[in-house]
Amino acid sequence: MIDPVLETHNLTKSFGAVQASKNITLDLRAGEIHALIGPNGAGKSTLIKQICGGLTPDAGRVVLNGEDITHLSTPDRARKGLGRTFQISALAMEDSVLQNALLGALGAHGSPFRFFAPAARNRELRARAEDALEQVGLIDYRNVRTSELSHGQRRQLEVAIALTLTPKAFVMDEPMAGLGAEGSNTLTQFLDGLRKQAPILLVEHDMDAVFALADRISVLVYGEVIATGTVDHIRNDPAVRTAYLGEDA
Amino acid sequence: MSRETALNAVMVMGLFLVPLWALWADEPFIITLTTKAAILALAGVGLNIALGLGGLVSLGHAAFFGLGGYAMGILASHAQSYAPIMETPFLIEGTKSMPVIWVIAIITSGLAALAIGALSLRTTGVYFIMITLAFGQMLYFFSISWPAYGGEDGLSIYVRNGFPGLNTLDPIQFYAIVFVILMAVLVFAGRLAKSPFGLALNAARQSPERVETVGITSYKLRLIAFTISGMITGLAGALFADLNRFVSPTMFSWQTSGEIMVFIIIGGVGRLFGPVVGAVLFILLEHLLGGLSDYWHVYLGVLLLLIVLFARGGLIGTLAGKEISHD
Amino acid sequence: MSLILLAEQLLNGLQLGVMLFLMAAGLTLVFGVMGLINLAHGSLYMIGAFAAAAVAGVTGSFVLALAAALCAAAAAGALVEILIIRRLYHRDHLDQVLATFALILIFSEGTRWIFGSFPLFLNIPTYLSGPVTLPGGIQYPLYRLTLIAIGLAIAGGLFLLISRTRLGIQIRAGENDREMIAALGVDISKLYTIVFALGAALAGLAGALVGAIQSVQVGMGEPVLILAFVVIVIGGIGSIKGALIGAILVGLTDTMGGVLLPALFKTFMEPSTAASAGSALASMLIYILMACVLIIRPTGLFGAKA
Repeated sequence: MIDPVLETHNLTKSFGAVQASKNITLDLRAGEIHALIGPNGAGKSTLIKQICGGLTPDAGRVVLNGEDITHLSTPDRARKGLGRTFQISALAMEDSVLQNALLGALGAHGSPFRFFAPAARNRELRARAEDALEQVGLIDYRNVRTSELSHGQRRQLEVAIALTLTPKAFVMDEPMAGLGAEGSNTLTQFLDGLRKQAPILLVEHDMDAVFALADRISVLVYGEVIATGTVDHIRNDPAVRTAYLGEDA
Repeated sequence: MSRETALNAVMVMGLFLVPLWALWADEPFIITLTTKAAILALAGVGLNIALGLGGLVSLGHAAFFGLGGYAMGILASHAQSYAPIMETPFLIEGTKSMPVIWVIAIITSGLAALAIGALSLRTTGVYFIMITLAFGQMLYFFSISWPAYGGEDGLSIYVRNGFPGLNTLDPIQFYAIVFVILMAVLVFAGRLAKSPFGLALNAARQSPERVETVGITSYKLRLIAFTISGMITGLAGALFADLNRFVSPTMFSWQTSGEIMVFIIIGGVGRLFGPVVGAVLFILLEHLLGGLSDYWHVYLGVLLLLIVLFARGGLIGTLAGKEISHD
Repeated sequence: MSLILLAEQLLNGLQLGVMLFLMAAGLTLVFGVMGLINLAHGSLYMIGAFAAAAVAGVTGSFVLALAAALCAAAAAGALVEILIIRRLYHRDHLDQVLATFALILIFSEGTRWIFGSFPLFLNIPTYLSGPVTLPGGIQYPLYRLTLIAIGLAIAGGLFLLISRTRLGIQIRAGENDREMIAALGVDISKLYTIVFALGAALAGLAGALVGAIQSVQVGMGEPVLILAFVVIVIGGIGSIKGALIGAILVGLTDTMGGVLLPALFKTFMEPSTAASAGSALASMLIYILMACVLIIRPTGLFGAKA
């Protein structure tokens, strides 16, 4: 049995009377893509916030590489090696693509508390930033203002920033959202190769992408994981079919 | 060379040449006006680090301007009266030396900015605007009701403080000091904007969650930016006090905070030379319109309103357009 | 210190508090409903005071003066809202701060242009002047008691307006969900103008009422404006209840601090040092109060959680 890179143990979170997370136990193992699916309002965003920072669970633990990170701040978790992408692009829109990528390199491998030498002239940071842009295919856009990128390119930049962190695990919140068929295909291929660098916890609505990529799938319904297993296992799970896939299948 | 760079070069040349011309034409008043513009520009450059780069709308920077001013006033008044500031537990005496005064002004305003920032940055948006305003008012009322240093009447210093090797009473020599400081701070602010710190701060303004998810604590960034910003504005306050040889609670007033902010807006938010353009234009307007009408603030108000409503990006934005800087 | 003096100061604090409430109510409504930070609210206070002083000077009637204050401030508010303010709702706070700062410059200098730099005086009408004797033998000016009564009555009226009337429902809807209120078929721009004018009228009334115990002059609005900011920050921006409680808290703190602190300091200091240190600290007290509230609750006592 491979030791999991990222685990949650019995995560529980309530907002007033609403239980958004009920005893959620998940793990993400080296080299895999673990997809998390579920209908809107199932509590996916709440779960991501508890994993990546921003929400503290009422009970339960989040563990990264054997270390309890449940009560760390978002930046501390990022420095421990959690690379996150957002559902709605969170980018510095007025800055260039390279500046956005540099920011990631800076946070994880440099220090933002240097006040004089230009960031873009720092060879190491620049190399990391450009390498990440190269990987996602944005290197030719490095000097473009981020607000001028297409929606798909912004999604790629999100991933590139996460790459600059050289994280131990990725948590991606609907990276395919709003992409056309072609964009999803490209990104799917890219993520397929990425799992060798670090495993990915993938929250996604695009079922084609999920079935193409996922090694394992967990289904979240009303704050509860109702099933975890391989793609075939999930496709054929009666509980999943009634609770969730039933609408589509 | 981009248009903005060209515009900046013109500003530097202007600030360099106009006082020299005034010296040649024997117009000391113009030198003094330029000195005033340069000092106010310096205060604006300070605020612009918090406001333009960090997106921190501080309506309380008069606090730091005033602290810098009073640092000068208190030190010089003690030196003037040969009464030490304190004797126990150790002796602290006043001073008439500009460099010493500057260092103390910077330290004082920096510490104040650190404390005010640490509290205010717990809030955001409109709360931040109001809490910084309130801290400014707190010092304003304190300076009025504390009688030791003149209270409401302020404090006069009879002779301008000294700088080794220069005669500071000569307007052009005092201007030279101010010019060099302004240029040095502009170089620093320009480098800061492109440094790792500037990059991160700039991004934190646009997307705080982005910065946090790459491992940077935005509160820390903002606090440091606010502190640096306060230190520079404090230095400007000390110079302003030396220009007038007078400090009063007006330096702490919220109109002062508003005016420093106005320089930035007239020139262009986040532009390196925004506050310089703004302060020069402000002084020019004050001088020209003030001569035409006692009510020149009406025109200033209308101008400001037009800029906010129709010319976002200020004068530099209008003239140079949006450009992205690489490297 | 005698109990009578203490009771008098309590009443003074209450009076300051209710007048601050009149200012703060408009500010907090405008912020809550339209998301606008309005520095020019103090100018509306000043306009009310000047209108009252001018009308009282001509007619001699205090009631007419108050009516003039209400009308002038409401009209000025509506006008400014239609011409300028409504362009600012979708702007960021910085633009709002600057544009309304510009409005202050225009209003202040404009008023100086019309009325000159000398203060005007608004006299308390004879039927409201002089002291009354309260239970316990406290002599207290009738006019200030009237201010407290008017302030509390308006506070009550405002709560009724917001909780019981159609306009109130629209205002509350506007605070919670701007899209919903458009969906309900409410004419938003009209609602915004009404809310702004209502806030302006309250500020103008406060200016006129306070103008009779202070002098009426340019710049009178800004110190009150800043106190009103402190009030709504303490109370929580957008909350009328917060504004009322914040206003009374600030009024009492400011007034009682000014009396009690020097007295307190005298118990362990030299009288002259105690007086100056006490009053210096007292002048900062409400800001210290505000800082403390924000450290504990960064969005004020009754503010929505961020």
